[in-house]
Amino acid sequence: MMDLGPLFLSVKLALVTTVILIVLGAPLAWWLSQTRSRWQPIVQAVVAMPIVLPPTVLGFYLLVVLGPYGAIGSWWVSVTGNALTFSFAGLVIASCIYSLPFAIQPMQNAFEAVARKNIEAAWTLGASKLDAFLSVAVPLAVRGFVSAAVLSFAHTLGEFGVVLMVGGNIPGETRVVSIAIFDHVETLNYAAAHQLSLILVAFAFVSLLLMFVINRRWHRR
Amino acid sequence: MSSIAIKHHVSFGDFSLDVDTRVPDRGVTGVFGESGSGKTSLLRCIAGLERSATADSTAVHKRRIGYVFQEPQLFAHLNVRQNIEYGMRRNPVAGTSLDEVVSLLEIGGLLDRSVSGLSGGEAQRVSIARVLCQSPKLILMDEPLSALDERRRNDVLPYLDRLHAESAVPIIYVSHNIDEICRLSDHLLIIDNGRLVAEGELHQVLSRTDLPQLGGRNAGAIIEGQSVEYDSEFDLTAFRFSGGQLWVPGTFESTSVRLRVSASDISLSRTRAESSTILNILPCRIVAIHAESTAADLLRLQLGSDYLVARITRRSSSALNLKTGDELYAQIKSVTVRR
Repeated sequence: MMDLGPLFLSVKLALVTTVILIVLGAPLAWWLSQTRSRWQPIVQAVVAMPIVLPPTVLGFYLLVVLGPYGAIGSWWVSVTGNALTFSFAGLVIASCIYSLPFAIQPMQNAFEAVARKNIEAAWTLGASKLDAFLSVAVPLAVRGFVSAAVLSFAHTLGEFGVVLMVGGNIPGETRVVSIAIFDHVETLNYAAAHQLSLILVAFAFVSLLLMFVINRRWHRR
Repeated sequence: MSSIAIKHHVSFGDFSLDVDTRVPDRGVTGVFGESGSGKTSLLRCIAGLERSATADSTAVHKRRIGYVFQEPQLFAHLNVRQNIEYGMRRNPVAGTSLDEVVSLLEIGGLLDRSVSGLSGGEAQRVSIARVLCQSPKLILMDEPLSALDERRRNDVLPYLDRLHAESAVPIIYVSHNIDEICRLSDHLLIIDNGRLVAEGELHQVLSRTDLPQLGGRNAGAIIEGQSVEYDSEFDLTAFRFSGGQLWVPGTFESTSVRLRVSASDISLSRTRAESSTILNILPCRIVAIHAESTAADLLRLQLGSDYLVARITRRSSSALNLKTGDELYAQIKSVTVRR
């Protein structure tokens, strides 16, 4: 019998990460798409860094910051009594940073495609800035939200290096599917590695296919 | 009659807008000027869309100033009805009637349609309906017809006439098209390079001969006429105004019309031509002469209490020795009914 625990944990991690990234990422993506501030390229570069940084580098710094003596880690310990590293909560934070560009960029692109005058029309019709964002910008950018959700979910599901550095390999807590596969290979259990790997391959294909089909249909409208 | 203060000063790079005036709080104020003269910037300042423009810090969404953009700017994720209700719901004012606005603009058949299926003219009518339903205190229109082709334009113009006739809300209407201005406005501001160069009652401003913005094909005055007679044999309608009577081909629905006489359609004569093909020959007096170019003079003519503008070559002007105060006959070759 295949051990599905790591798979469920991965899905749970990916879901939580995706929800957080969409909710918190949307305002950031909106700001990046609208601002004329000279800080924009700097923020843009910082957001995109996880794409090019080796996961080990990211994982290393996260380990330092989230660790019990790190800036965030020590505060977490004082509030919750538990360490952030080698915990599910720590993995969520790490995943959010790791997958950030995959959520921000599609949403930002979609927001950039919303005509500025459309938003101004909403303001003159009596919508506050927040109201216009929620009632006009977000619905018009829904395609970008779908892409952002699919990409963050799939990318988080596939993460390995960062998890290894920050989360380790604790069953039910941080032992996600990519770690489990690595483990199976290390112990020469190729059959189990095959099973999990095939599931990931199939999932990656199906989710990307779904995204492109949805995009295509929207494009035709 | 009270008025609306319009006072804006703002700089964008090497362009600056500086306007300080008041416009009537009823009827349509036309804002005329070339592209790049600052008309749109002025509207954006009034709406609060240009941040640095004004001391008035009221947020855009609290101003209750309707804005009709060049492109309709309908929300693609909402259908026609939802678009109209967008502004209505955010500005609940007792007495706002969706039905009234829908019948004024004749968009009843479109309400449940998606906005992507509308023609350009229909979409602009919906956007005007959306603005009316937000119960604005002032409506700004930024060249609402300029994105439409000639035929679509005529899908919208009659509704603007109706709006003009029926709306109690003051409208500021920006255009670089003198025909639209003539047809729709009552009061006129002329803007050039960010500055107000002329303002006043439409007939007065249009009959000025000293404004380069009203030269060329824009030169010409308007007259309000009442239909008094119809010649069925030759299909001509006579319109009476303070300076006499003008015959215009065709029949017209309304009895009171606005007539436009282009400056190049008037010639002048010292004596009344006895056997001329020109139908409309009226006595007039020259009240102003301005050189429009090295070849042409623009003359302001008074007929009763109304004014016309005529373009005469400077050679003719000199040959007839025309002077301010001269009594002459204006031979009017063509008159168009503007509404």
